[in-house]
Amino acid sequence: MPNSASPLLDEEVTALRRDFPILSTEVNGHPLVYLDSGATSQKPASVLDAERDYYELRNSAVHRGAHTLAAEATEDFENARATVAAFVGVDADEIVWTSNATEGINLIAYGLSNATTDPNAAALAIGPGDEIVVTELEHHANLIPWQQLAVRTGATLRFIPVDDDGALPLDALDQVITERARVVAFAHVSNVLGSEQDVARIVARAREVGALVVLDACQSVPHQPVDFRALDVDFAVFSGHKMLAPTGIGVLYGRRALLNALPPFLTGGSMITTVTMERAGFLPAPQRFEAGTQRVSQAIALAVACDYLSAVGMDRIAAHGRSLGQLLVEGLEQIPNVRVLGPAPGADRVGLASFDVAGIHAHDLGQFLDDRGIAVRVGHHCAQPLHRRLGLIASVRASTSLTTTTGEIDLFLAGVADAAAFFGVRP
Amino acid sequence: MSSAELNGLYQQLILDHSRSPHGHGLLEVSTGSSHQLNPTCGDEITLGVRVEGDTLAGIGWDGNGCAISQASASLLSTLVEGMPVGDARALLEEFREAMRSRGTIELDEDRFGDAIALNGVSRYVARVKCAMLAWVALEDALGQSDVGHSDVGHSATAPSAS
Repeated sequence: MPNSASPLLDEEVTALRRDFPILSTEVNGHPLVYLDSGATSQKPASVLDAERDYYELRNSAVHRGAHTLAAEATEDFENARATVAAFVGVDADEIVWTSNATEGINLIAYGLSNATTDPNAAALAIGPGDEIVVTELEHHANLIPWQQLAVRTGATLRFIPVDDDGALPLDALDQVITERARVVAFAHVSNVLGSEQDVARIVARAREVGALVVLDACQSVPHQPVDFRALDVDFAVFSGHKMLAPTGIGVLYGRRALLNALPPFLTGGSMITTVTMERAGFLPAPQRFEAGTQRVSQAIALAVACDYLSAVGMDRIAAHGRSLGQLLVEGLEQIPNVRVLGPAPGADRVGLASFDVAGIHAHDLGQFLDDRGIAVRVGHHCAQPLHRRLGLIASVRASTSLTTTTGEIDLFLAGVADAAAFFGVRP
Repeated sequence: MSSAELNGLYQQLILDHSRSPHGHGLLEVSTGSSHQLNPTCGDEITLGVRVEGDTLAGIGWDGNGCAISQASASLLSTLVEGMPVGDARALLEEFREAMRSRGTIELDEDRFGDAIALNGVSRYVARVKCAMLAWVALEDALGQSDVGHSDVGHSATAPSAS
């Protein structure tokens, strides 16, 4: 993504870090170097305070009850929805709260399979002969719900393959996304490779064949400006905990008309109109997808997280991440036996890098770094097919955030270099 | 620069065994075989045994994983090959208890020999599964030998190591 904004200055990052209590802790006798934001982000005090304030001052059930606290809680809850909607360029009634992105994708997939037995939703029904298209680099969360939808409906799952370098060439897009495609689901930014996909091109092809587009925006929304309307996708999901908010809150965006046509996934209280012993009517979106007591404190905290990110500036956060991403790959490429996955140095990548060190298993390298207080992700990062395609079982991933300093990148790179001597790997 | 705990985890013997493992390679004839997978990291092992009478006459394995899991499979093979099956089972239980002890129970050198090098693992709760992988496979393979299976070879994926 071209971006003319300047990366965050060291003194700006230092100031931001003071807002994150956990960043002043020590791990194994060393200051924490947290390079696992791709898995989950750390939280600023304002987000933590927002959750506590809600419970201390306004806690009550939203969208029910006539007392003052209930009215205030409902207002805060819906204001949070408006804040999050504006953060990604859409309207509040197009934002559905979920537990996380995984639940959001399952909500779409189960809504679509429910459409196969709902005469009012025949236009969304999927069945034998239809195709669901994903890519080979997907996180399991954006693969397995579609595998299961195919199993339930008799549809066929297809995928856009990655090449030996982990790139996703779109030359053969027209052969993979055919007239039979009903859904095209893909990651905006790969959680393993750090590459951003060409959304416009994939959306254009999906439009040609009339397929719905589902965007996994888990690794983009926390780290760069994202406007779902401008991207022209039909559905998108992301998780709050990856963007400074608590666990337990996620977001599903859907075009208004589609959300109101999609049968519900979870049913129960709060999502209904008239209920008899035989049947129930459903509210319009977003309530039709929000059965049961909602995650009120988490939604309010997510809105505070959005405000925090907006105050720093998403364009500058994006520039910071991309600058750190380059430092990571350039540094890793200098270390013997290291193979970086994804875009080469100089090519666009977000602020993360996954890599393999010949002769050192990812788990062992992660343990070595942890001994110095450096937290990285090791394993397959919920992307087994991608690792298998690249000839690996596991890799190490360092992922940055707005609070990552260049000094932390230096400590990490020194750690990787020292691990070779520790484990007796010859250059 | 590395802590005493980390040096205790990755003792030279562990690194040596992980690089040049014993018992590596599957048996041609086995009385029981088990495939174990650690789904969180992708480490896996296939371990076969050949039980003759009451004796664990042969053991062989193939796998992929971290230094701890590879060294553990190697040390296990060295330790139990040729041993009465009952003794191997007893060691297995002692090993499991020590690994789950969070550093409070040490393996007895007289009984475990070089395998005491794995003592450092029990302080690292997240790595206990790595050390246990081969031992769980042995337990499963011995169980198959009990029920009279022969050359089970590629049995279905067994429950994950724990």
